[in-house]
Amino acid sequence: MKMIVAYVRPEAFEPIREDLLAAGFPSLTIDEVKGSGRQRGVTERYRGSQLTINLRPKLKIECVVETDQVSLVTETILRHARTGDVGDGKIFVLPVEQAIRVRTGESGQEVLQSHESKEVPA
Amino acid sequence: MTSRLPLALALAAAALLALPALALAQDEPSLTQTTSDLDTTWVMVSALVVMFMQAGFAFLEIGFSRAKNAGAGIAKILTNFSIAGLAYWAVGFALAFGGAGAIAGTEGFFLNVSMDSAEAGGVIPLLEGGGINPAALLFFQFVFCAVSLAIVWGTTLERIKFGAYIIYAVVFSAVIYPVLSHWIFGGGFLSQGFLGLPGMQDFAGSTVVHLIGATGAFAALLLLGPRRGKYGPDGKPRAIPGHSMPLVGLGVLILWLGWFGFNGGSTLGAADGRFAEVALVTNLAAAAGVIGATITIYALGRTIDIGMVGNGAIAGLVGITAGSGYVEFWAAPIIGLAAGVIVVVGVLAIEKKLDDPVGALSAHGLAGVWGTIATGLFTSDRLAEANGVGEAGLFYSGSFAQLGAQVVGVVVAFVVVFTVSFAVFYAIKKTIGLRVTAEQEDAGLDIVEHGMYGYPEQFIPLPEMGAASSGPLARPSLTGTGSPATGESSRSTTPGREEVTV
Repeated sequence: MKMIVAYVRPEAFEPIREDLLAAGFPSLTIDEVKGSGRQRGVTERYRGSQLTINLRPKLKIECVVETDQVSLVTETILRHARTGDVGDGKIFVLPVEQAIRVRTGESGQEVLQSHESKEVPA
Repeated sequence: MTSRLPLALALAAAALLALPALALAQDEPSLTQTTSDLDTTWVMVSALVVMFMQAGFAFLEIGFSRAKNAGAGIAKILTNFSIAGLAYWAVGFALAFGGAGAIAGTEGFFLNVSMDSAEAGGVIPLLEGGGINPAALLFFQFVFCAVSLAIVWGTTLERIKFGAYIIYAVVFSAVIYPVLSHWIFGGGFLSQGFLGLPGMQDFAGSTVVHLIGATGAFAALLLLGPRRGKYGPDGKPRAIPGHSMPLVGLGVLILWLGWFGFNGGSTLGAADGRFAEVALVTNLAAAAGVIGATITIYALGRTIDIGMVGNGAIAGLVGITAGSGYVEFWAAPIIGLAAGVIVVVGVLAIEKKLDDPVGALSAHGLAGVWGTIATGLFTSDRLAEANGVGEAGLFYSGSFAQLGAQVVGVVVAFVVVFTVSFAVFYAIKKTIGLRVTAEQEDAGLDIVEHGMYGYPEQFIPLPEMGAASSGPLARPSLTGTGSPATGESSRSTTPGREEVTV
């Protein structure tokens, strides 16, 4: 099991989400975060003074999948998040020890992503 | 029988129509009385609009504050307005209008308005020989006092202690503002001509209301210091953006509206229709102020700063306040345009050393000085005569006398108000303290001074606000629409609910 953590441009989320859903990966968590990298900040001019905002808004996507499905997910993210400009973001892949479904208490790989036939309105 | 019905109805209608005529014939109000009633009505309408300017100040200041200080502005505006409301009635009005002495009035404390207008003239020289109802005069002058007091605080936002508001509000509305307004509005020495100069012309208070308020703000600011983080280690000013430019805009528009009562009502009457001319003059200057400020900030900074555009409107309005009853239409856009330029240059210059979050020192102080001096330049012969104060300005008379009177008035008002205000704020600083601690300032005045947030959802995580506030329904079964099998929805498939995750 691996956790994919991707930091992408906020506007890239919708197409990524759509493709992952279609490919059978409905389970993910997002967070609206701010971070800095090589992309330069924005300068706000306010009443004659300036404020440089180096932290830019990004979208963090977390998604845990079976190890052999990692490349499928990362490729989907790359396909939509890449514009070729500085500031497209990064993807990290982390090992995951255990996964437990809260509703039933069952554990293991089968709890990670729903199969289409078992999709439920939580 | 039925044929008589129309006749009976016609008679009844005729009787009804005749009733008001009979009533009028019995009362027979004189033309003087009717004029006085009309004047009182206009002054009260103006006063109500000026009262609404408190909302303008509230929104303007709150918009220029950070969200963590948004609620404090409301508590401040309401308590200040209320303190002024009581203090001005009890003491202030008497000092301002209760007599024709050079320094202050002596009669009319805790004004009892049951006296009739003839009697009122004995206590209030301004109402001698008729005029408006004394209650209307008091109310109108009180809302001016409240505007002046509100101006003091914009500069002190986000770091001053609430107690300072209360103490200074009492002194300001009972003594400082009334005495100064007596000198210029109430027949005191500046209006009668000081040092052999003509009487000072300040129609609605560029000096009396705006400069005085800004001077109090200046005194407070010198003792208070800048907000934390305003100046970097290199001493350069940093932007501390206010949290809502839309609120600033709403505040500016409310103030702009209020100014028609502010200047227009200062005719203290409606009978001759002068107030309409004053209102037009006011609007011309405000419009030119916006244009002047917009061009200036774009020329200096290559951006059209939203707050500066608003400051331009305020500066144009402040600039025309003194001259609104003294200058002709053509002069108004010139005065307003210059005020719009002055306010932007002033904010940029003041910002380098002094932290004035709303730009009041510039918009009310510098523009107030400009407006008072401009009156000494632009006052026309006919309007100086119509008002019976001072003489024509430099551009009409070629004489510097009126200009001199205006400059002297500005200097006297600034020196006196600054000295007294500095003493009061110094006393506050040495006793209860003027400023919250650094830690409190970081936390924000809302939670520190008031124990609550202006925008709770922004600061309190939703899960900590109790189950009842957890936001959008997490379980469709609770809505009864999410699934046909209510209660068992967690196990049923519901096609089309793609947004469901995890």
